[in-house]
Amino acid sequence: MHVEQISIFIENKFGRLAEVTRILGEAGVNIRTLSLADTSDFGILRLIVNDAEKAKSVLKDRGFTVSKTEVVAVEIPDRPGGLADILQVLDASGINVEYMYAFVERCGENAVMIFRFDETQKAIEALTAKSFNVLPGERLYSM
Amino acid sequence: MFFNEEFETLPREAIEALQLKRLKSMVARVQQNVPFYKESLAKAGISADSIKSLADLARLPFTYKQDMRDSYPYRLFAVPMEDIVRIHASSGTTGKPTVVGYTQKDIDTWSELMARSFVAAGVHKGDIIHNSYGYGLFTGGLGAHYGAERLGASVIPMSGGNTKKQIMIMQDFGSTVLTCTPSYSLFMAEAAKEEGIDFRDLKLRVGIFGAEPWSEAMRRDIEEKLNLSAVDIYGLSEIMGPGVAIECCEAKQGLHVWEDHFIPEIINPETGEVLPAGEKGELVITTITKEGIPLIRYRTRDITSITYEPCVCGRTHARIARMSGRSDDMLIIRGVNVFPSQIEAILMGVEGVEPHYVLIVERKDNLDTLEVQVEVGEDIFSDEIKHLQALSTKIEKQIKEMLGVTCRVRLVEPKSITRSEGKAKRVIDNRNKA
Repeated sequence: MHVEQISIFIENKFGRLAEVTRILGEAGVNIRTLSLADTSDFGILRLIVNDAEKAKSVLKDRGFTVSKTEVVAVEIPDRPGGLADILQVLDASGINVEYMYAFVERCGENAVMIFRFDETQKAIEALTAKSFNVLPGERLYSM
Repeated sequence: MFFNEEFETLPREAIEALQLKRLKSMVARVQQNVPFYKESLAKAGISADSIKSLADLARLPFTYKQDMRDSYPYRLFAVPMEDIVRIHASSGTTGKPTVVGYTQKDIDTWSELMARSFVAAGVHKGDIIHNSYGYGLFTGGLGAHYGAERLGASVIPMSGGNTKKQIMIMQDFGSTVLTCTPSYSLFMAEAAKEEGIDFRDLKLRVGIFGAEPWSEAMRRDIEEKLNLSAVDIYGLSEIMGPGVAIECCEAKQGLHVWEDHFIPEIINPETGEVLPAGEKGELVITTITKEGIPLIRYRTRDITSITYEPCVCGRTHARIARMSGRSDDMLIIRGVNVFPSQIEAILMGVEGVEPHYVLIVERKDNLDTLEVQVEVGEDIFSDEIKHLQALSTKIEKQIKEMLGVTCRVRLVEPKSITRSEGKAKRVIDNRNKA
């Protein structure tokens, strides 16, 4: 039920983000969604792509520091309070959200959020127990 | 004006006769009391009796900072600990400092030489000396303090930091003399300006600045912004502390080395050969009166030249030029000695950190800044910002704790630090470019 995300260390320097996306484009890697977390010195670009292995290897070849992380994709009813409901479940289970961001496409009537938890497996169990739909990676990579 | 006219104006022949006599007696003492010197002098085939003239000094072995580290803490001391009344120390590359001990006579000598230095700078009894050199293990604060008291001036033991209070005290107490690093004096002037205080309105008349290299342009800047006469002072804890040499206010052309206590030489740092007057090289100092920790031909690593030309002030002691650099890679950041190897040792101690780093030193608003750029490899990379920030904070904290210098750690992409062929360029010092 995990989703593979790759993270890239990027200095806050002109043209670095463009460089990463160009390398991926040339390698035929399709970016499914992304989030960029930044500080004044550097940023961490987190990507979900159709081929994480390939993305990782082409970026490493070009000298970038890249890591793979397992994240969780959850369907959330696209209505007021949808996100609040899911966060309440996590709160009740004592699970920390390290970070989260939205998937760019909807899945039927629902929105999709990407989460990074401190305890991934426990989070998946808590969410499925409350009937939230946790999407497998394959669904996202090809969505 | 002199503090000790007889000794400050001794004819050259008399200085040299005194130096020879004192050198012989010092060599005899260390041969007797310091196993390190007993061994190294024996190896060089030299005894006190075999020293016939000052030219024989060139036959004596050098003493290196490493020898002091290897003798940590007390093994170079030439007197029993019960005769040591003060201990100072400077930082060392492994976190172990270089330790120096003073007997009461050493403290008296130091006080006199600092008092002489104050007078040479144009200070007299009745002056109010605002001493912003740090007090503590660092020799600056206490060295200047005892010299001021010996002179009979009033001394305000401010130590460093707390700039607003420094300015208030200077204003309210009517300080006439300022002692601190040259960059801190300009920093204070800027800070005062922000408070609406013009340093030119203060009573300051003389500034005695040292512990870091500075330029003639910086002197003009300081003299204009602070409305005082600025002189350069030189010293190092291994030899004594501040007051080993000072510029006289009359000439401001080179720093008089108190030659009745120290013998200066300029050598080629590569070959060790003694260079003639006027040529640039590494300053080597032999202490000839120190009791606690006498040193033979100590390699200061400071680059300068020497002149024996008579000075308009009447002092007969030789003058060394402003320090123009180092023969090793030591950096002086806000008066703190920093070797790149010290930073490297700290970085290597942090798990996962790769040995690729560069130190960037700048001078912003007249204060030195140190940025340590560290490449982020896979071992330390995390997809969470808080982990990376915790890492840089941890390194900053360790550098502050170990070296006493504030820095900013900047995480950079791998390979972004230029790999030069052969030796890596670890330091980019932009301070002299401005």
